[in-house]
Amino acid sequence: MEYPDDFYYTKDHEWIKTQANIGTVGITEYAQKQLGDIVYIELPEPGETFEAGDPIGSIESVKAVSEVFCPVSGEITEVNEKVAAEPEIVNADAHGAGWLIKIKIKEKSELDELMDSDEYMELIEETE
Amino acid sequence: MKTEAKKTPLYDEHVKCNAKIVEFAGFMMPLEYEGVIAEHIAVREKVGMFDVSHMGELWVTGNNAGAWLQTMVTNNVLTMQPLQAQYNALLYPEGTVVDDLLVYKFNDNEYMLCVNAANVDKDFKWLTHHDEDVEGVNIENKSDEIAQIAVQGPSALDTLQPLTAVQLDTIHYYRFIKGEVLGKEAIISRTGYTGEDGFELYLKNEYAPAIWQKLLETGKPYGIKPAGLAARDTLRLEAGMLLYGNDMDQCTTALEAGLDWIIKFEKDEFMGKESLLDQKTRGLVRKLIGFEMKEPGIARHGHTVVDEEGNDIGYVCSGTFSPYLKKSIGLAYVPIQLSTVDSEILINIRDKIKKASVIQFPFYSRKRKTQTK
Repeated sequence: MEYPDDFYYTKDHEWIKTQANIGTVGITEYAQKQLGDIVYIELPEPGETFEAGDPIGSIESVKAVSEVFCPVSGEITEVNEKVAAEPEIVNADAHGAGWLIKIKIKEKSELDELMDSDEYMELIEETE
Repeated sequence: MKTEAKKTPLYDEHVKCNAKIVEFAGFMMPLEYEGVIAEHIAVREKVGMFDVSHMGELWVTGNNAGAWLQTMVTNNVLTMQPLQAQYNALLYPEGTVVDDLLVYKFNDNEYMLCVNAANVDKDFKWLTHHDEDVEGVNIENKSDEIAQIAVQGPSALDTLQPLTAVQLDTIHYYRFIKGEVLGKEAIISRTGYTGEDGFELYLKNEYAPAIWQKLLETGKPYGIKPAGLAARDTLRLEAGMLLYGNDMDQCTTALEAGLDWIIKFEKDEFMGKESLLDQKTRGLVRKLIGFEMKEPGIARHGHTVVDEEGNDIGYVCSGTFSPYLKKSIGLAYVPIQLSTVDSEILINIRDKIKKASVIQFPFYSRKRKTQTK
């Protein structure tokens, strides 16, 4: 399982990748595997603002449902309409085409609170 | 009290097949292998195989076995032919459900009950408690000695046939025979919990791994997949088959659960009869219905059915995304006035009220090639 080292990770198994002050957010490979076949995805609207840790949506598989939490504070600039229509994309490519939202980051320093790929891999090894 | 989960004789096979293992009813069981949707579709369109060794098997024997069972279960045991299987229910005197089960009749003096894994001890105690003063009935729990493999789907017969000399197409639906599978003694039963044609094999624990491996091989040309508990649950729900502990239990009566078709009021007496007759006369106030969500999301076990003001008026027993019908379906208890098809109901899903509509269930019925009895 590969966890890109230019991503930041949360303990709730989201990832965020940044470009300038825009972050792209998704759930991790580990999270999609735990959920199994995903059938519904609920996402926020562009323009909504959230604090770090707020629930921004939910992902529902045949067997379970999981909330998605905002890794950092900011304003939603874009949502991935494609995964809302075809949720299985998240199973197939959680770290790529299966991204969920883009967010304009309010405080870049919040990223320091998150894990890097080594720390995250350690976390999931402990959980497994 | 927490006791360690048991392993079925096929546990190592599941690990070999990369199963995600969970604890269910005291057993380490495969939840899924490749994924619930792929496994579900394989059973509907090709063939799948399940380890259901967690299920319980109780033997009821003696010259009074049939007559006594007749008083304990709702369906008519005395009209059964030898080598027939029958869906049945064990009730409390109040008409609520101890368990649902399959009764297998070998002959007038020997029956096997296939019961839910979580209920084996409860059922055994219940039955032995009620046969104390009865002559000619002996009850034995053989659950720990017996493994069960279900082969289900349109290609189930072709998958299983190479393992046995028994002409499988001579076994009618809900009939069984004692025969050999890979040279080992087995009960071959044309039954299942998926809504597809198929077989359930009961055999001694030690025979199970070789048969499991062989079925993977003979099923390969047909696209066989091992299927886990997750697919078993979505398949049975699409097919409108109830799950004890979700859709019925000690708090729901057999009539509320819609088990009328296996309740034979014409029998002299059976446990729960008077209460059910009484309830029938008074009329039901609530009933188990099938529903389809009208908005995205899955209503799951324990979510409540609410009225316009948000007050709880019922509850969801089972709910899932239906992999074959590609919509969100479920079963719920609702007030009788909301139980007719096309009624609109509201379900509280994690504090969001979503619309659903009452629909016919079974949600899915297979097309049968030939009508069997």
